[in-house]
Formats: sequence, structure tokens, C-alpha cells
Amino acid sequence: MPSDSSAAIGYGGSARLRPLELLPWVLAAAVYFFAPSYLPLGAYILIMILFALSLELILGYGGIVTLGHAAYFGFGAYVAGILAVRLSGDPLLGLAVAALAAGLLGLATGAVILRTHALALLMLTLAITSIVFEIASQWTGVTGGSDGMHSVPILPILGSFKFDMFGRTAYLYCLAVLIACWWLVRTIVHSPFGMALAGTRENDVRMHAIGAPVYRRRLIAYTISAALAGVAGALLTHTTQFVGLSVLTFELSGEVLVMLVLGGIRRIYGAFVGPVVFLVARDYLAKQSPEYWTLGIGLLLIFIVMFARGGILGLLDSLKGKLVRKTP
Amino acid sequence: MEAFFSSLVSILFHGLAFGAILYVISVGLSVTMGLMGFVNLAHGVFAMAGGYLMITAMQQLGLPWLPALLLACAAVAAASMLLERLLYARLYGAGELEQVLFTIGLIFVAVAVARLGYGTGPLAAPLPDYMKGQTELLGRSFPTYRVVVIAAERTRWGAMVRAAVDNRAMAQSIGIDTGRLFTITFALGSGLAALGGALGADLLAMTPTYPFEHLVYFLIVVAIGGLGTLRGPFVGALLIGVGDTACKYWMPEFGAFFIYAATMALLLWRPQGLLGRAP
Amino acid sequence: MAAPALETRALCMSFGALTVAENIDFRLDAGARHALIGPNGAGKTTFINMLTGRLAPSSGAVLLGGENITALAQSARVKRGLGCTFQINTLFRELSVLDNVALGIAERLGVAGRFWRAASAYREVRDEALALLGSLGLAADAGQRVLDLPYGKQRLVEIAIALGLKPSVLLLDEPAAGVPSLESARILEVLDRLPAEIAILIIEHDMELVFRFARRITVLVQGQVLCEGSPAEIGADRRVREVYLGEGHA
Repeated sequence: MPSDSSAAIGYGGSARLRPLELLPWVLAAAVYFFAPSYLPLGAYILIMILFALSLELILGYGGIVTLGHAAYFGFGAYVAGILAVRLSGDPLLGLAVAALAAGLLGLATGAVILRTHALALLMLTLAITSIVFEIASQWTGVTGGSDGMHSVPILPILGSFKFDMFGRTAYLYCLAVLIACWWLVRTIVHSPFGMALAGTRENDVRMHAIGAPVYRRRLIAYTISAALAGVAGALLTHTTQFVGLSVLTFELSGEVLVMLVLGGIRRIYGAFVGPVVFLVARDYLAKQSPEYWTLGIGLLLIFIVMFARGGILGLLDSLKGKLVRKTP
Repeated sequence: MEAFFSSLVSILFHGLAFGAILYVISVGLSVTMGLMGFVNLAHGVFAMAGGYLMITAMQQLGLPWLPALLLACAAVAAASMLLERLLYARLYGAGELEQVLFTIGLIFVAVAVARLGYGTGPLAAPLPDYMKGQTELLGRSFPTYRVVVIAAERTRWGAMVRAAVDNRAMAQSIGIDTGRLFTITFALGSGLAALGGALGADLLAMTPTYPFEHLVYFLIVVAIGGLGTLRGPFVGALLIGVGDTACKYWMPEFGAFFIYAATMALLLWRPQGLLGRAP
Repeated sequence: MAAPALETRALCMSFGALTVAENIDFRLDAGARHALIGPNGAGKTTFINMLTGRLAPSSGAVLLGGENITALAQSARVKRGLGCTFQINTLFRELSVLDNVALGIAERLGVAGRFWRAASAYREVRDEALALLGSLGLAADAGQRVLDLPYGKQRLVEIAIALGLKPSVLLLDEPAAGVPSLESARILEVLDRLPAEIAILIIEHDMELVFRFARRITVLVQGQVLCEGSPAEIGADRRVREVYLGEGHA
């Protein structure tokens, strides 16, 4: 039997919001009220969830294996930073511009790389990230080079909500943006377009044989995904008032991939569970010994690939399946 | 004009040395990916292991350069056989994503182990005295080390690896144990990577993040040369070796940039690489 | 006389020195039940690939309903009514049977690119998919993942996907291949009941199926048409017997 999450999606399913889907937001609210000292970490987690969601769209649903998604995240982050420094620090404007810029970059690069497959595509994604990284690193006048841009002046949201030093505004800001983007991704995934995207992932040959414009659909999905990643990057700039080269590294692309796989690929909520578990664990464990953290992540990845391809949510689903079978 | 010609020769020389290292490392990757269809992003790990093990053998065990080198290669080849049988073999039929995830996991593990074993900074490769000198060649002096690298590359490797690839065609037509063939080929490729890593420790520094840093270059060499061939990575390595050295010399700000852009342009024009088989 | 549903003129295909198709003139009329047979390596699948557009011929023309489609991409040919199934199951494995069929129907109806409403809100797509599955006896399996189905049923889904496109021409590449004989009866039934107005070309090795199903048979050997005719004519033709001698089918 297909798992709960996949039964709801599709022509035979139902797109109505299930009660369990409100759990993430309840938890998010709970953190705000009951664990205020964790708000800065919480905001970062929310940003990473958005980043993971964007990757889920093209990797989980689109089946496009990329190691270069940080390019769009970082591009959005830098665009937001440069905009704030040079023109206006208005956050909402920054989000819009970052989304547009990252989307355009996604469209331009996607048009090029989606003509290739497998290794060539993977490699091109790495090359693109490297190119954007080099530009950010060399164009010191605009980007601050390897020092990055500090104390980026961000104005209060809508003129009234100032970013306070406890991270309350930042948290709620990220939460609001995440809710909006989550709703967008959810809508897309449930739509015919989302189904067709899943079709291109499952069987590219068959999609062509039913007359689908595969390249165009993939490109649209890639562009949206890049725009969302750009929004996540901009959120980071706005909430930390800083942009540095770390937003454009291969490490970051790898990390968000790990988070997604950990949570469970091809499940929207995998993009929620993964970052939470990963970042909370890292907050506790990596401080002790960063090397053992890296080792652990490596071993975890190998373990997931060998034994638990569906990540945490996949494990939960199969556990649930076993329990259901046991009840008489 | 004199200066230009002189710098051209220097670029060619250093570029060829770099290319030779890239070739030795990447030829194993090309064969593995072409033969087994396995996206092995962790190939750089074997190169790194070769370098680190050689250094360890020289420093801890006091071995002279050549035995240390051979020991390192043999050790890496043996370890890779184990990895292949236990882990890689399970994923041969798996999708690209699984292979990518697995090899990234392997990189993380290797990087962590390297950091734990050798610290985070770069490790200097102690060259034997006879390698440290300069050789007079064409009226310019070049580090002896690099001369040896270029010379060694042209001798046995082509023959060895060619044999392994030829074996594949024969093996498949007679139905010989392809599992063992894959293991041996994989070990060969990894051993070569170790050799390249050790020989090239001077050019590509031994740091724990080696597999990450140079991954793009290895992949580029293989992708533009064409998968599954022997001449492919040779051409790719030459182009990248000389091209990268030239770009970084003449355009220090945009050097790396140019290589990536050129790769993108080439793959768009010919997605199968220069010498690869058309899809 | 009306243009044939599908036609090829002097179709040729060579890979370097290797010629896999030579001067193939072929004609499929509306409502046809036509089989293409020949020994392994005769070039049957290559021929089908040239018809669908997966492979571009070295020379010659392919016409669909009188229109020259030789230069058209595969998806464009599908839009003009050319459907096909694959020799090896080419299904959306992790998706449900319903979704497998619905994807094609959605493409045909032009709603597949929409992203604002949920797929499940497009009742017409779902209902048509269910009706189609029902006509093939797969209604009970609609919610199952395709990869959980037995091979024979997967083969039926393969046909269902093609039927969902409402093609005027249907190319079936070994529809019963690999199906255990208990399940192949089902497939034969389905083939018998295919809509009469569709022109069907079937590639098959199973001679029983061919002789039961086809009204005309073309024999392809080494990329060339050996002969063409009614089942009786082909069965009696000495050259065909020679070609198949030792094949184990009779």
C-alpha cells in the first residue's frame, strides 16, 4: 500500500489539509512562546527548511540530482545584501528582488544544464556554483570578497517591525515567509504539473511517449526552485545582517542534501524533519568534536543509502505499516 | 618576445606536469564510471589516501620514497577492493542519487578520518633528496620532481589499464565473472588514483578536504574527455592541466572561472565529452 | 482513396557501415490489425523507433494520416495521434496505476501543465482513467503502486497508458513478452477488444498471438521487407518457413 503521504497526492487522492500537517506550525509556535532563547537557531532552522523545500521540488519530485543548489541560495543572499547596502534595506523588497534574481539565474543556468543528464549535469551544477563563488570572491568591491559584508543595514519590516536582538522579529519573519512558500510548494506538488514532474522523474522515456514537454516542465520547476532558494538566502542575510562566502560552498549544497535525505526524500515534510534533526543534533554534538560530527554524518549517509532510503519519515512509515499489520 | 616564449615554455611544462597527475588520478575514475556506470564522487579519497599513506610510510616507518609510494598504492588498492565488495557492489543497480549520496558519505568519513589522523593543515610531502634538485632542460631549470612525473606517466599505465578495459569486452562475451572483474578494475583505478595523489602531493597539497577541493577538476577531466575511455581522460587532463595553468598565470583573477565556463560550453556542444561515445 | 493511417516510404537507417533498415515501404490503414514479424535482429524495434520519433531515419519519410512527420519530435507525433507501448515495461513505477494512466490523459486534455488546482480536483481526468482501467479489468488495482503489480498486469497498464492518449495509430512492441501463459490470455482478450477504428501494428514473436490477431502480416528480415500478406499467405510462404527454420516457433 502506498504510504499516507503519497496516497494524498495524485489524481486519485485528496488535497485537503490533513490535521497532521499542522503539526510543524504548532511546534514552531510552541518554540516561540516556550523556548525564546532558541529563536536565533530556530530562525536558521526555518531558513534551512525553506532551502530544503526548494531542493525537494527539483530533486525529490523532479529527480534532478544536483550538488549546486547553494549557488541560488548564495546568489539570493548576496543580492539581498548588495541591495540593502546600495539601494534600500527594506526586507520585503529584498525578498522580491532576491527571488527574481535567483529565479533568473535558475532559468539561465537551468536552460543550459537541463539539456544534459547524469554525470554531465551533476558536474555542471558544481561548475555553476564554483563560478558564482569565484565571482563573489573576486568582486571585492561589491561583495566584500572573502571578508563578506558585515552590518548590512536592514530596515524594519513594513516600516514597523524592527529586528530585535532576541531574534523574535527574525523568527516570525522567517516563519511567515516559510508558511507562504510551503503553501506554494504544496500546491505545486499536488497539482497536475507536480504529477507530471513526478512522471519525468519516474520515467523520462515514458513522459516523452505521452507527449509531455519534458524539458519545459523541468525548466519551470528548476526556476521556481532556484527562486525559493534565493528567498531562503535573502532571509539569512536579513536575519543575520551578514553575507559571506559560506553561502556559496559545495559544503552547503552537500549539507542541505543530507538534511533532505535524512528527513525523507519525496515527502514534503521530509524537508521539515531533516533540517530540524540535523541542526539540533549539530548544535549539541558538533561543539564537542567537529571531526566526529563529520564522521557521523558520513556514516549516517551511508547507512541511509544502504538501509533506510526513505529517511526518517520513511522509517516511520514502514514502522506504521508493520504496526497496522500486527493489529488483528 | 623572449619573456613571452620563456613563460610559454614554463606554462607548458608545469601544465603538463599538472595534466599528468590529473590523468593518473582520473583515468581510474573514467574507467569505473564508464565500465560500472557508477558515479564515484569519492574517487579523490583514494588519491588523498595514497598521498597520506606515502607520507606516513616515509615519516613513521622511515621507508625511502619509492617503497613508500608502492606500499601506499598497494594498501589503497587493497582497501578499495574491500570497500568495493562490501559496499559499492550493492549499489551497482541503484539510481544515481543513491550513488551520489553514498559517495558523499564516503567523502565525509574520509575527510573526518584524515582530520583526526593528520590534523587540519596541509601536510608537506617530503621528497627524496635526488628529487629535490633542479634539472637543466631546454635552458631552463625545472624541479626534477616534475620531470619524473611526466616521464613515469607515459610508460606502463596505458598498457595496464588498456588490458583491463580490453578484458571487459572479452569477459562479457565469454561470460567471465564480471563481479571479480569489477573488483579488480576498481582496485586498479583506485591504486592509480593513490599513485597520482602521492606523486602529485607537491602539486595538489595534502589536506583533509582534498576530495572536496579537487572533485570538480577530476570530474571535469573525465567529463570533457569522455567516460569509459582511456584516451579520454588523457586528452581531458592535458587540456585542463595546461589550460588551467595558463589561465591562472595570465589572468590570475579569472583563471579558475575560465575553466568552468569552458567546460560548460564544451559539454553543451558535446555532452558525451570529446572522445566519448555519442548517446 | 483515403490516406493511410500510417505510412513509410523508402525508410532507411544506417549506423555507419551497418544498415539496419533498407528501403522499407509500409502502409497501415485505419482500423488495421497488422503484425510485424521477423527473426531477432531483423530491425523491428529500430523500425518502431523510427515511427515514434525516438530515432531519426537516415533517409525516407514517415507519414501519419497523410502528413509528413519525419522531422517531428516524439511528443509532437503523440499529439497527432501516434501511441506506442514498449517491449520492456516503461511505467511510472512508484506511482499508482491510476496516476500512470491519468498522466497521459491529462496531457491529451491539455491540463497537465496547470499548477494551481490539485490534480484530484480534475475529476474528468480521474473518471476517464478509472473507466479505461475498468475496461481492461484493472479497476481494483487503481490505487496500487505499479511496481507492486504482477508482471502481466504491468503489461496491461503499459497498454492502458497508450490507450489513454486516444491514438489513431497504436504501435505495440511485443505486448505479451515475458508474460506467463496464465496471464497472457488476459492480454489477448484486451487486444481483441481494442477499439475498431484504431490502426494497430503489433510486433510479436508469439506466432499463435500473431495468427489469431492479425489480418495482415509483414515479415522483416535483416532490415528489409521479405514479404507481406494475409496470415494464410504468410503461413504458406516457403521463404518465411526458411527464415524461421530452427527458431522453435511453428
